[in-house]
Amino acid sequence: MIGGLFIYNHKGEVLISRVYRDDIGRNAVDAFRVNVIHARQQVRSPVTNIARTSFFHVKRSNIWLAAVTKQNVNAAMVFEFLYKMCDVMAAYFGKISEENIKNNFVLIYELLDEILDFGYPQNSETGALKTFITQQGIKSQHQTKEEQSQITSQVTGQIGWRREGIKYRRNELFLDVLESVNLLMSPQGQVLSAHVSGRVVMKSYLSGMPECKFGMNDKIVIEKQGKGAADETGKSGKQSIAIDDCTFHQCVRLSKFDSERSISFIPPDGEFELMRYRTTKDIILPFRVIPLVREVGRTKLEVKVVIKSNFKPSLLAQKIEVRIPTPLNTSGVQVICMKGKAKYKASENAIVWKIKRMAGMKESQISAEIELLPTNDKKKWARPPISMNFEVPFAPSGLKVRYLKVFEPKLNYSDHDVIKWVRYIGRSGIYETRC
Amino acid sequence: MTDSKYFTTTKKGEIFELKAELNSDKKEKKKEAVKKVIASMTVGKDVSALFPDVVNCMQTDNLELKKLVYLYLMNYAKSQPDMAIMAVNTFVKDCEDPNPLIRALAVRTMGCIRVDKITEYLCEPLRKCLKDEDPYVRKTAAVCVAKLHDINAQLVEDQGFLDTLKDLISDSNPMVVANAVAALSEIAESHPSSNLLDLNPQSINKLLTALNECTEWGQIFILDCLANYTPKDDREAQSICERVTPRLSHANSAVVLSAVKVLMKFMEMLSKDLDYYGTLLKKLAPPLVTLLSAEPELQYVALRNINLIVQKRPEILKHEMKVFFVKYNDPIYVKLEKLDIMIRLASQANIAQVLAELKEYATEVDVDFVRKAVRAIGRCAIKVEQSAERCVSTLLDLIQTKVNYVVQEAIVVIKDIFRKYPNKYESVIATLCENLDSLDEPEARAAMIWIVGEYAERIDNADELLESFLEGFHDESTQVQLQLLTAIVKLFLKKPTETQELVQQVLSLATQDSDNPDLRDRGYIYWRLLSTDPVAAKEVVLAEKPLISEETDLIEPTLLDELICYIGTLASVYHKPPSAFVEGGRGVVHKSLPPRTASNESAESPEAAPTGAPPVEQPDVIPPQGDLLGDLLNLDLGPPVSGPPLAASSAQMGAVDLLGGGLDSLIGGTNFTSPPAAAVPASLGAPIGSGLSDLFDLTSGVGNLSGSYVAPKAVWLPAMKAKGLEISGTFTRQVGSISMDLQLTNKALQVMTDFAIQFNRNSFGLAPAAPLQVHAPLSPNQSVEISLPLNTVGSVMKMEPLNNLQVAVKNNIDVFYFSTLYPLHILFVEDGKMDRQMFLATWKDIPNENEAQFQIRDCPLSAEAVSSKLQGSNVFTIAKRNVEGQDMLYQSLKLTNGIWVLAELRIQPGNPSLTLSLKCRAPEVSQHVYQAYETILKN
Repeated sequence: MIGGLFIYNHKGEVLISRVYRDDIGRNAVDAFRVNVIHARQQVRSPVTNIARTSFFHVKRSNIWLAAVTKQNVNAAMVFEFLYKMCDVMAAYFGKISEENIKNNFVLIYELLDEILDFGYPQNSETGALKTFITQQGIKSQHQTKEEQSQITSQVTGQIGWRREGIKYRRNELFLDVLESVNLLMSPQGQVLSAHVSGRVVMKSYLSGMPECKFGMNDKIVIEKQGKGAADETGKSGKQSIAIDDCTFHQCVRLSKFDSERSISFIPPDGEFELMRYRTTKDIILPFRVIPLVREVGRTKLEVKVVIKSNFKPSLLAQKIEVRIPTPLNTSGVQVICMKGKAKYKASENAIVWKIKRMAGMKESQISAEIELLPTNDKKKWARPPISMNFEVPFAPSGLKVRYLKVFEPKLNYSDHDVIKWVRYIGRSGIYETRC
Repeated sequence: MTDSKYFTTTKKGEIFELKAELNSDKKEKKKEAVKKVIASMTVGKDVSALFPDVVNCMQTDNLELKKLVYLYLMNYAKSQPDMAIMAVNTFVKDCEDPNPLIRALAVRTMGCIRVDKITEYLCEPLRKCLKDEDPYVRKTAAVCVAKLHDINAQLVEDQGFLDTLKDLISDSNPMVVANAVAALSEIAESHPSSNLLDLNPQSINKLLTALNECTEWGQIFILDCLANYTPKDDREAQSICERVTPRLSHANSAVVLSAVKVLMKFMEMLSKDLDYYGTLLKKLAPPLVTLLSAEPELQYVALRNINLIVQKRPEILKHEMKVFFVKYNDPIYVKLEKLDIMIRLASQANIAQVLAELKEYATEVDVDFVRKAVRAIGRCAIKVEQSAERCVSTLLDLIQTKVNYVVQEAIVVIKDIFRKYPNKYESVIATLCENLDSLDEPEARAAMIWIVGEYAERIDNADELLESFLEGFHDESTQVQLQLLTAIVKLFLKKPTETQELVQQVLSLATQDSDNPDLRDRGYIYWRLLSTDPVAAKEVVLAEKPLISEETDLIEPTLLDELICYIGTLASVYHKPPSAFVEGGRGVVHKSLPPRTASNESAESPEAAPTGAPPVEQPDVIPPQGDLLGDLLNLDLGPPVSGPPLAASSAQMGAVDLLGGGLDSLIGGTNFTSPPAAAVPASLGAPIGSGLSDLFDLTSGVGNLSGSYVAPKAVWLPAMKAKGLEISGTFTRQVGSISMDLQLTNKALQVMTDFAIQFNRNSFGLAPAAPLQVHAPLSPNQSVEISLPLNTVGSVMKMEPLNNLQVAVKNNIDVFYFSTLYPLHILFVEDGKMDRQMFLATWKDIPNENEAQFQIRDCPLSAEAVSSKLQGSNVFTIAKRNVEGQDMLYQSLKLTNGIWVLAELRIQPGNPSLTLSLKCRAPEVSQHVYQAYETILKN
């Protein structure tokens, strides 16, 4: 299991050092600094073995977090733990920076003592941790016996992510369907790969221990329901979507999903990610990029890029940005665009074209002339793909929330009393067209 | 409030000041001081001098302060054991505190203090805490047992903590169960023999129930533990799989990977015909793909594991090629791993897409990645024949870019393509030769030289090209030197007239001026070959090479099976067994996949089980065929030539003139000097004259090249029955050819001439491959030795006994008949090594009534000796296993007519008798195989 955990700043100075196992000595701290942080060449693996000691590291801005072990540990678990630790720290004091870590080092040690015992990860849900580890420090005499046992039963309980006795005057919940649509297209417009990775994020402000049931237009569920669905599909073309795979927050009863494909859970209080999913079939690609690059002699390039929006005309896409890479030996660029603003950014080796808003079924175009310095570099310019960013108010996968039912048998509010909000946001993930 | 100020106090006399502050009356000041101490400790300063002062702060009801003091204690108690004892009282008191958080904190911290005196006091509190009413305390105590075991294993056993821990597996709280499982698994690892984790269907059921309820981390502990269990039959395996599959939808990738591990392992037990097997395969793909949308570090772990899974069960991901396409901003470690998997999944169906991608990658910036992409194109060509042409043209395009490392990499893979598809793409050689000057890496230079040597006859200026390399011969790496030596010898054999000087030059460079024994040896071998028998040299050096296999870098199957048992762990990331990177005994228990046993079979005879296991469980005894082949190919010797029995003619070798006619005939009268005798190191011993036989002596160490056991000659036809002709003889099998070695003695008073020989039809179709040639008339009292090559293409008739051979010999006097029995092992062919899986399947497939058992008495040999003796006669050991002190060898052999014989040989130390069980579809051969065994082993 994890033998030790170190946090370093960008210079390699130790900010936090917690050793859990006897086989990890102080020299491990230095070994990582010398061989990874100060390494002359960029380290090419997140797992490094130095003198029979394995180091796992992740970086958050310029902070290095390293877990150390001498055993054959579960590597996936170590990384999951490091991410989780970042989440926990962020939940306590915000951004993970050198200053914040130094300011909270006592708290971090306290957390590390709680969430990792002898190198075995323990309950690391912030909801539970915050009940007994606070930045103010706890004074045991202030807790009543009931409070204490409530804490322990929550930390170890089946519903470790939610405490009992939560009360809201107004029961409310927000569902955000956040999708990122990824595309790799050939210059000829052939889709090389496309997929949507989506997340359903829920913010719940519900009293008691509410039992929730979430439904969406999952093809398997719709087909199971048979006739009812047939009517629906009659109304409009595409009503259900095929989900390739999905994963759930630990509050969801997985065995129930496996057997009935129903998503039922008792949510944590506040914001959490209910599920992640991935689809690859029938994706609505919100934009199509048509590139045209022509090399005029050795010192000039002509680039023309057309973008077409492909969704309902009543909807508006926002924050559109097209990034057209330019060669390293570019000396000057002239750009003309029909809409928005375009600029050549020498430091980024790209022409960046920004459009604030664009309605569906529209088309826009940019053309540029790129002057090149003559070079004797034999190596050809690699022509990185043209990438695009945008945000659209629908789910490119076609996912629709059908219902979210709330039951709280002990308290006197019903499903109808809960105010529910649903929002769809589709963003570009890696949306690239080769040129 | 900011704590960062604690990091900045670095002035002199700091310790002294801290001491004063720690002893202050004010609580706040005390706390501040302890924080400063911890900060100093963090950055690596030695603050152990403050030990007594810090420990004094322990008696506090401020939990935050208490935790800080504990942290300090854990770090320094070991260096101040006597002082640490001061803390014991507080710990013991805290373990009785009404607040469960404090009880747990005390027991948690105590376990981390590795001081004997403290551990003694730990036992009582720990015992109480293991039975605490609060689950939070119990789950902490469970881990504490593992801590204590790490410090003092004996103490834990004596105190009976292990039993209490086992009881916790049935605890009502899932988190307690999970921690108990984790602790027990760890303890069990250091006691591989103990039956600590007594997993049985009941306890498994408990674990599976807890699995649904505990935290994500607890699920990982439980799944990793489940993976160590071996279900008793396929039904149990299936029911566990059914309960584990829901975990594949967990958001935590580690839970998913551990579930994949359990499924991959238990699937091994399911029959492929089962519907459920197919369902399971389908269920595995989506979660594996989803792992690729995790954070990059986890993607890396996932990809390393997918690499294993794809090798073990390619069918799972065969349709998912696209998800492994590299994204422009993937970290380099993700890119490289994806590339590996792309090649593994490449097939005729998707090759066009793959090639288009690889071509893109070859223009990227990262050198390593580009190289790997270029190499991947070559591997595609080798793997998917239909794409070879496209791959070659892509590689040529890349060579045109003139980017140095791209060109070199391309040349290396083109060499492999030539090996796979000889005489197909040689038109590109001209383009390759243009780039000769830009090659600066040994591997690329060696590849280019190989190409020039191999196709010397088609390259007009091959001699010039090779000569240009020869100039800096001693500065080249060994790889290039060896290749150059071979290439020039090839060139000489192909164009003898123009290249004599060159070959002499390289031979003398290799034999006289080099310190490298490999190079010198190879130089001598070539030199002698060329000087003694150029025809043989041509056959050896220019022999047809076996084709290279499709997949070159597959993980060896036994290692792969072991690594599958370690999915998700570091071993699967490194692709090495834990013993390669874990120190000491911990975690080095050898794991293996369960054998496939159906429930209805488990009731069968006990033989079925042990024979079922070896092919998978066995650590490697014999190097995999591939390695051996690879070694040989490096030597460039190629396989020994079949055809004229070279070895047999060794007797006459001495007579060949050194500068003899053979060579003259080859190079047409030019003068070729033999190596100066002085240059031959004394260690080589034999005089040059014995050239070839010496060469074959050298090869005798290389596995089966040496030939089977040869019995001494026996008299087959006594002189009195054949009017004075006495024939004695024996059978030999050497490098794939069988011969009958005869000695004809004339005991009559007249000269014998006109010898001829004929065989009657026999069981294996043995027939003379050449007429019996006795060159000179045989005078009275003279004898002659003849080796008669045999083949097995004659007519077949079943004889009684099976190995009976009826022979007719004619001479000028009369025709004589005799019959003899040949030992069966001359029919054992060189490719009689069966694949392990195949062996297992075949063994099961042959009905039990075909099994025959024999005793080989008085044969006190070790398993290794037996195995190597038999291997010499083409009986191949496929697996070796030790069962209750007995060595079990599993062997296969194949007869010339394609009959496979499988053998299980049991060797008991101290007992000179061996037990041999044979299984064969033609049971009548068993008796004779047994006799062959006995003959081989006893000689």
